[in-house]
Amino acid sequence: MSSARRVGSTPSGFSRWLLDHTRAITATLDQLKRRPFGSLLTAFVIGVTLALPAGLYSVLGSLDAASSGLKGSLRASLFLRDSLDDAAGQALATKLAKRPGVAEARYISRDQALAEFKAHSGFGEALDILDSNPLPAVIVVTPDRKAPKAQASTMLDEMTKLPEVESARLDREWLERLYAILAIVERLVLLIASALAIAVLAVVANTIRLDISARREEIVVLKVIGASNGFIRRPFLYTGLWYGLSGALLACLMVIGAQLALSEPAANLAGLYGVGAGFGALAADTVFAVFATGAALGWLAAFWTVGRHLDGIEPD
Amino acid sequence: MSNDALIRFTGVSHRYDDGSREILSNADFALARGEMAFLTGPSGAGKSTMLKLIARLARPTLGEIIVGGQRLSALRPRQVPAYRRQFGMIFQNFNLLTDRTVFDNVAMPLIIRGHSGDDIARRVRAALDAVSLRGKERHWPQTLSGGEQQRVGIARAVVAKPRLLIADEPTGNLDPEMAQEVMQLFNRFNEVGVSVLVATHGLSLIARLPHRILRLENGLLTQIKASEFDYSDDAGAPNA
Repeated sequence: MSSARRVGSTPSGFSRWLLDHTRAITATLDQLKRRPFGSLLTAFVIGVTLALPAGLYSVLGSLDAASSGLKGSLRASLFLRDSLDDAAGQALATKLAKRPGVAEARYISRDQALAEFKAHSGFGEALDILDSNPLPAVIVVTPDRKAPKAQASTMLDEMTKLPEVESARLDREWLERLYAILAIVERLVLLIASALAIAVLAVVANTIRLDISARREEIVVLKVIGASNGFIRRPFLYTGLWYGLSGALLACLMVIGAQLALSEPAANLAGLYGVGAGFGALAADTVFAVFATGAALGWLAAFWTVGRHLDGIEPD
Repeated sequence: MSNDALIRFTGVSHRYDDGSREILSNADFALARGEMAFLTGPSGAGKSTMLKLIARLARPTLGEIIVGGQRLSALRPRQVPAYRRQFGMIFQNFNLLTDRTVFDNVAMPLIIRGHSGDDIARRVRAALDAVSLRGKERHWPQTLSGGEQQRVGIARAVVAKPRLLIADEPTGNLDPEMAQEVMQLFNRFNEVGVSVLVATHGLSLIARLPHRILRLENGLLTQIKASEFDYSDDAGAPNA
């Protein structure tokens, strides 16, 4: 029989590959449709599991965007030496404003500083009893919003060391604390995402394992009539893939739903801090990442489970 | 033994995995291309095991089995599916896929081989015609009678036009009339050149068929001409 007669025209190469995969796709989708409740339940569990890191990642993205908006408050007040007159102070401010990475360098003369202090401090009349103006002239330097935080911070540090500067105050501590918190949250999201990825693997693997168990007799028959392991494995891999993708779709919908529910209070909060509009729409790269992760986890879990169980099922 | 043997057993012995009993002892046998033969013997004699050895569902403890020029001991695991695709196998309990229609069951060997949809439709219709099941394509196996289910099994076995059919007690679950029909089907396939090996203990069924009979008992395989076989004896001992 090694010279078995040809039993009809069979496609070969890529056409055969395409035909086999098209059949597996159609068959698995059909199978999932035949048990919608069970399929949806599995997809829902995967969806919830993927939604949590996706949602946290999205919140993190919004906070990061908001902190970029806060970069404007990263600025330095350079208190000039008394020996410097207004013209020299103004000239220094103009010079600093021209430096790359500087958005604004505003000179506040000693008289302006006093006037502002009188107007806003509530000690206006008390200051009248002083013989001379105790306030120094100030140059308030604001870095360019587009400049990287580290670069802006270094630049302001350098300015505080200028010979014309008596002392300086950098408004950046609280912003740096925020960045430190964001870094921790980012790491936490990564840890949670890793733990939940394992959960997705477990959910899909268990579902596929039960599926293999339920179709044990079918697998035996297929092996007896000459189906290769690849042929038998293929539908299970697609099933895993569909679970992952449908879970990812549900995860995105859940995150969008949560964003819509939280958008108003988030916008209010953002308004209070003057940092933009709160939650932005779910970014395309996040959506892509959720789908890619769901698909990869579903496929991997199925591949691992089928590989583990298929060899153990042999016709006896 | 003919050089044109499709199946050849040379000194084949087989013992259960636990070593408890020798099912087949030093058996020599050949089935020629285009030949039909029956394998008989009492229950538990090892008829099914012998078919499993041919289908590479079991491996002999000793000896060599060559099928279609292929030495089965030399087959690597990944070559086994392709080897099994070269023959059709029929089972006592039909082994149909219950969540697939009659059409899909019969089409399965062709799907495995990667045939195109049109080709599959044409061949499945022809196979169902051959077993008189045309019109039952959309039925589910469990809605059919035992005889019809077995004919679906036969259609599935012949749809890819194999040179060899192996049937393990194919009439075991059928009434006598249906069993006779199934045997006639095998006879018809044999008439068009398909080699057929049927394991059965339904002696009355094979009495009218002029084919060689192999009798397996206590591990020993004996070959008997149909004319010498005592069909009245359940054990099928040869006439004195």
